[in-house]
Amino acid sequence: MKKISIVLGIFIMLVLSNVSYAANVLQVKGSDTLINMVQKLAEEYMKANPDKLVSVTGGGSGTGIAALINKKCDIANASRLMKGKEIELATSRQASPVRIVLALDSLSIIVNPGNGIESLTVDQVGKIYKGEIKNWKEVGGNDMPISLYGRQSNSGTYDFMIEDVMKGDYSPSMKQMNGNAQIVEGIKADPSAVGYVGVGYARNAQGIKVLKIANKAGATAYSPLDTANVKNGNYPITRPLNQYVEGSLTGAAKDFVAFELSAEGQRIVEEEGFFEISQEYQDFNKNAGM
Amino acid sequence: MSRFKEKFIRNLFLINGLVVIFILGGIFLLLILNALPTFKDVSWKEFLVGTSWNPSSDYHPAYGIVSMVVSTFMVTIGSLVIAVPVGIGTAAYLSDVAHPKVREIAKPVVEILAGIPSVVIGFLGIVMVGPFIAKMTGTYSGLNALNGSVLLAIMALPTIVSLSEDALANVPKSFQEASLALGASHWQTLLKVKLQAASSGIIAACMLGMGRAIGETMTVLMATGNAPAFPSGFLNSVRPMTSTIAIELGEVPYYTTHYHALFAIGLVLFLITFIVNLIADIALNRYEKKIR
Repeated sequence: MKKISIVLGIFIMLVLSNVSYAANVLQVKGSDTLINMVQKLAEEYMKANPDKLVSVTGGGSGTGIAALINKKCDIANASRLMKGKEIELATSRQASPVRIVLALDSLSIIVNPGNGIESLTVDQVGKIYKGEIKNWKEVGGNDMPISLYGRQSNSGTYDFMIEDVMKGDYSPSMKQMNGNAQIVEGIKADPSAVGYVGVGYARNAQGIKVLKIANKAGATAYSPLDTANVKNGNYPITRPLNQYVEGSLTGAAKDFVAFELSAEGQRIVEEEGFFEISQEYQDFNKNAGM
Repeated sequence: MSRFKEKFIRNLFLINGLVVIFILGGIFLLLILNALPTFKDVSWKEFLVGTSWNPSSDYHPAYGIVSMVVSTFMVTIGSLVIAVPVGIGTAAYLSDVAHPKVREIAKPVVEILAGIPSVVIGFLGIVMVGPFIAKMTGTYSGLNALNGSVLLAIMALPTIVSLSEDALANVPKSFQEASLALGASHWQTLLKVKLQAASSGIIAACMLGMGRAIGETMTVLMATGNAPAFPSGFLNSVRPMTSTIAIELGEVPYYTTHYHALFAIGLVLFLITFIVNLIADIALNRYEKKIR
């Protein structure tokens, strides 16, 4: 009996300490594409401000936004925009998330290094993922069936592909992987594979080939790793990486976001393989209250 | 005082029993209540006969569960094909062939196998079993139904081995002695007498192993590739019912058709495991009567 009460006591203490601990920590949750970068930002931020605590977790853009609406986190990382339904839901619960853009991503289409293909058009990428192109020879490669690697429906990148690249549904034969890193691992092992990952993952991975993408047939194809051509918009599949902050930008959240958007923060963004935000988005953030 | 104490303890146990039954009933009720609203928007026919599942689509939303039911049965039956012969063989070895000292060490070791977290087994599936299958079959990717079957077989083995060994060990000594006295060899005795006498216990063990395999989530989620297409073979990526629920429940907007449909899948899964466990129970009961 004594033992049990001791165990119970420790348990209660842990729960209580957790509650008081959680109150001081800025909770950031969401996109798998952003997680490494935001974790790095949080580390540097905490190094510069030892009294501040930021916790960054993943789960996917959808998960992060759902958590923000349910008031389970302070900032949601999202590689896509909030959907109409999510905004409705947020409004119905008196939540009003503010959007901040903290980096640019050139979504990278990757294949196994053994694949002879060097470039594709946006239209071809869409048709491949819709299952309309099933063999590499249809796009000028070897006679080999294409095996599709993609993300799960809680991923912002999954939705971005549907809305901006494919404009249709995924082929049901696509393998739905749990994150960018899993896609990279799958493609390393599978000579017939194609996958899509954030440029930060494509840049830092070994054993994969990053394809050049052309806007349309006949146009020049550009690499997502080519900074100049991504920034001037020549690379066709770019997207802003966002954070949604609950309510108005104040206090701890504002302080952290300010660090992310500072010269130092943007330097870390580039270090992690993504791109600093353009003037257009700097103005956008200013209008949002930064 | 002691009478009061006895009464108190008696009631305490009664309450414990009732709580378990109440919780079970509550879970079942919750499943049904959350699953039923699905069928306001989706017909029973589409749900039970459709092969396409894509509820979040803006273009062609579809709510058919056939592909994932087939996927679930593929990995489960695949795992039984591997685990049942190996499991019964191991059980026979442990009960009849192994030196008692070997048995004393080997049986707990097999049972410890049941304690390996499913996420660890899934990880093995990605880094070891998957590449091995891809190499052996000459395919490009090892994330398929075969991979799931192998891993689920590993997870079902401890149940099958342990319970089958118990069944074999519980065959009355007199059966064995009579068989040997009639001139049968050890092998004949094991095959024709002990395995026959223990058969319903062994069947129950296999059914319980199957129940474990059907409901397993993490392992299949990690190792089977999760492609929602209708599977055309064991080298195809599949997405069983458990994976679908696990993947989609995290981000589904609450109280939508999609949300309720996930509960409906859960209900179907519950009914399947219920039937499997019921059959196991009936077999086990018959076995206990036979022994007596």
